[in-house]
Amino acid sequence: MAQNNEDMLTVRVWRGADEGEFQSFRVPSRENQTVLDVVTEIQRRQDPGLSYRFACRVGVCGSCAMTVNGRARWTCRTHIRSLSGGPITIEPLANMPRIRDLACDMTGFFDKWGKAGNDFTSARSRQDTPAQVDPLSPQRKQADAAIECINCGVCHASCDVVKWNDEYLGPAALNRAWSLVNDERHTEKKTTLEAALGPGGCSNCHSQGNCMAACPVGLSPTRSIAGLKKMSLLAMIGIE
Amino acid sequence: MIRRTDTPRQTAGYIAFALHRLSGLALAVFLPFHFLVLGLAIEGEARLNEVLTWTEQPLVKFAEWGLVVLLTLHLILGVRVLLLEWAPWQGHLRSGWISGGIILALLTGAGFILGVM
Amino acid sequence: MMMEVRLYILQRLSAVVMAPLVIVHLMTILYAVRGGLSAEEILARTEGVTIWTVFYGIFVLAVSVHAPLGMRKILVEWAGVSRAWAGRLALLFFAGLIFAGGRAVLAVAGVLT
Repeated sequence: MAQNNEDMLTVRVWRGADEGEFQSFRVPSRENQTVLDVVTEIQRRQDPGLSYRFACRVGVCGSCAMTVNGRARWTCRTHIRSLSGGPITIEPLANMPRIRDLACDMTGFFDKWGKAGNDFTSARSRQDTPAQVDPLSPQRKQADAAIECINCGVCHASCDVVKWNDEYLGPAALNRAWSLVNDERHTEKKTTLEAALGPGGCSNCHSQGNCMAACPVGLSPTRSIAGLKKMSLLAMIGIE
Repeated sequence: MIRRTDTPRQTAGYIAFALHRLSGLALAVFLPFHFLVLGLAIEGEARLNEVLTWTEQPLVKFAEWGLVVLLTLHLILGVRVLLLEWAPWQGHLRSGWISGGIILALLTGAGFILGVM
Repeated sequence: MMMEVRLYILQRLSAVVMAPLVIVHLMTILYAVRGGLSAEEILARTEGVTIWTVFYGIFVLAVSVHAPLGMRKILVEWAGVSRAWAGRLALLFFAGLIFAGGRAVLAVAGVLT
């Protein structure tokens, strides 16, 4: 493939940790190319020392999430031609400490996931028959609307309140809490709800909707959090 | 203000949030002055009139216009938040309320100007 | 959990209470501002008139709750103030607004001179 200047992309990649700088690379522009393809090409052909995460590379695992031109996205699902022209800027996901280059530390994200009361607890054991859950019950529909989350962290990285308030559990954790309080099998609904309504919980959300705009799976934590807010009134007057 | 290179800029939801918060902040700052001026009625009509005459200045009238616009905007964007949180979810962020709110706020401001002139 | 839930509900509740009051207030402003503001005009409307005293009394109570709770969030999220201090400052603001606002309501009601 002809590789004159017009067929090259300029890519600025974050190097280092929280302290660091952007390094520029030039990569051939190809007809079908995702941001993950570009990162992979840099690491394989230009700088083997570049650190980044990926797994499935086909848009189902969420591992390749990074900040591309200022927005958190799955890089395997971001076609180069979908970006506005000019240099492409790639950094790790925001609101999380940077470990190295394009990898961020998601420990805090998973901690908050736990702190939102998201341990599923069932009254049944493997000896019991499976629970019969009507998929059309209103409760199950609510849970199903939120259930597809794969913890990719994109919403967490996109949330302004997460950035401004380090106590805030974040959209992913609260979205999961919502799906659990609507799960008829979950025996610790009260615990989950208490966690979701606490100081780091749903009352911090200002419904800006960055999370739902960014979610690659099309979920709406804004909606789930609104559901939790409604439940807070019931919780206050003593109904669970 | 706040460096935001990593959140979607200028989504409707963010604009609504920013306008709502900033208008609320301006009103909150104004409020103590409002209460103190009204409290001058304790010292009699003449004293209150002194201050009210001072407010006839164009710059003060402009500030009053601003407060009327911001109060209307804060009200409408606040109703939007109440709907987002308490009304049935509609699958979107009711962004029609944002432009509607701005228009109504400016119209109310126009009503103020007409009254003042 | 309960404190955060209570404060959240209080914020929304004070907003709901104030929505109709703000509409009436805006209409009053647009009406009163015509021909210039004067103490005589304002006090003639409010002095000794129970409905206005009650109206503004509720308004002052609601806004004294609502504004500090909003400020509390701004202090934490934008000014980097700790939650504990933001709460104290908000409480202070509440006290100040209740005092100054209550005083203003009674002043224009003609109760204080």
